[in-house]
Amino acid sequence: MLKIALSKGRIFKETLPILSQAGIEPIDDPETSRKLILDTNRDDIKLVIIRASDVPTYVEYGAADVGVAGKDVLLEQGSSGLYEPIDLHIAQCRLMVAAPVGWIAPTTGRLRVATKYIHTTQRYYAEQGKQVEVIKLYGSMELAPLVGLADCIVDVVDTGNTLRANGLEALENIADISSRLIVNKAAMKMKYVQLKELIERIRVAVAS
Amino acid sequence: MNHKDRWLLPAGITEVLPPEAAHFEQLHRRLVNLYTTWGYELVIPPMIEYLESLLVGVGDTLELQTFKLIDQLTGRMMGIRADMTPQIARIDAHHLKREVPTRLCYLGTVLHTRPNKFAGSRSPLQVGAELYGYAGVAGDVEIISLMLETLQAIDIKDFHIDIGHVGIYRTLIQEAQLNKEQETQLFDAIKRKAIDEIDVLLGNWHTPCAAHEMLYELAQLDGKDDILHTARRIFNTASDPIHQALDDLVHLSEQLGQHNLYFDLAELRGYTYHTGIVFTAYVPQYGQAIAKGGRYDIGKMFGRSRPATGFSTNLRALASFSRLPDKPSTIFAPAINDPQLKQIIAQLRQQKQLVICELPEQIGDAKAMGCDRELRLINQNWQVVELNTSN
Repeated sequence: MLKIALSKGRIFKETLPILSQAGIEPIDDPETSRKLILDTNRDDIKLVIIRASDVPTYVEYGAADVGVAGKDVLLEQGSSGLYEPIDLHIAQCRLMVAAPVGWIAPTTGRLRVATKYIHTTQRYYAEQGKQVEVIKLYGSMELAPLVGLADCIVDVVDTGNTLRANGLEALENIADISSRLIVNKAAMKMKYVQLKELIERIRVAVAS
Repeated sequence: MNHKDRWLLPAGITEVLPPEAAHFEQLHRRLVNLYTTWGYELVIPPMIEYLESLLVGVGDTLELQTFKLIDQLTGRMMGIRADMTPQIARIDAHHLKREVPTRLCYLGTVLHTRPNKFAGSRSPLQVGAELYGYAGVAGDVEIISLMLETLQAIDIKDFHIDIGHVGIYRTLIQEAQLNKEQETQLFDAIKRKAIDEIDVLLGNWHTPCAAHEMLYELAQLDGKDDILHTARRIFNTASDPIHQALDDLVHLSEQLGQHNLYFDLAELRGYTYHTGIVFTAYVPQYGQAIAKGGRYDIGKMFGRSRPATGFSTNLRALASFSRLPDKPSTIFAPAINDPQLKQIIAQLRQQKQLVICELPEQIGDAKAMGCDRELRLINQNWQVVELNTSN
């Protein structure tokens, strides 16, 4: 039995065609079903539907053997306990620094940065030799500079529409983000035959 | 802290209550007895010692994991052990100083500054065995076999062993002529088996050489023992240390072939510390390693280089795979001052029977005290009778 952890929304939608090419089709639709464990056309494969930021935890712990997680989440949580064999090239976006249009970084004092990626942000500025004040928020980051909570934000940017609508612009690119196939280390060794086959099928599906 | 939370222990600090504590002790004895029959002598290193001896040559992770305090007598920094292996290596290199191979085993609580992500524990009960003074692969075979015996002694029958050799990567990376930053990036990607990232990295550096291609292939060299043949082909033109490493792995696979072996040549766990064959044991339904070890040499830090290999595991984790033993039969002795009764009790205890003496006017009878038998005076004779039989 293999369990594949996926998060609802964009990752799920963009992973489905890949899984389908690899011969795996969910029987239930997660958007309508309330089930958290979905059966597939294959008896030996189930899909587990969880929050995006929980996917690495489930997989690292072995509660799921395989998962699909954004590189933003993996960078933030640290992925040294996982294998990341395939870049799926889906859910692509960029992790960026953004600030109000025309904003000039202050030359004195500490920069206040609002983000949900606190570790990644801390690391990014530390590499540039800058100490910043990181303010942890859970959503609507764009609001923070507008109401004076922060000077700038670090967030994932796809089309940039939300930024524009709120008078913000992207300034620096921290990392290019896409979703990765992640694999539990113990499962890789114990369910080697099944997993290698699955990874190979997905690799072929991604390449085509 | 008020009286309502005075009982709280610090996060990740655990205590063991009955009946688990008795179970732990049983497993402990079972393992030490096992190691003794293999010629591994028990050592009891101190809970705390100078930081520098605890942390020689073991890498940053262990340093972060070590609780530190200042010795009031010398002003020197002391550490509470987070891993016992450096202590055992110190004992071997500095105190025992034997020329012959030395086999040591140990068991004790270690303390970690941060809880293990999943188990949440900061105080694992480490148990392990180390073999010093022998560099050949027969030493690795012995240590891995003993690790497997350990699992079997705990009634773990279904396990998988992952085997790697850090020497292969070490040789390739030396030949690849990368700068420090490139090396760090590549190391990180290989550890995660991120093939796509490795491909991009090597592509960006525009310095194709044989070692680069081999590093790329290395990240995919994992599987059953047939990958050792594949590796031989891929590393055909590679330097001698790689072939030596492959020879060792082939030998190991022949010696331990009856077990579920999995080879992963890109396994880089403990890379700064290990020097050769590394191994990890996994059990189904447990997404983490259950026991691990490998070859190292930190004896030189104590003035005497000693090839070494060993394994360790956490008795707390092992115990969760072993069924709690049945409650032992317990005899209740009434609070009656009778020399004959005292004699009978002494005799029973000598026969390893468990006898609880009633205290005068105590609360609770034999049943309430958890006993299943009691001593009764029948026809002027003290006899042990089952509690549920009435007479």
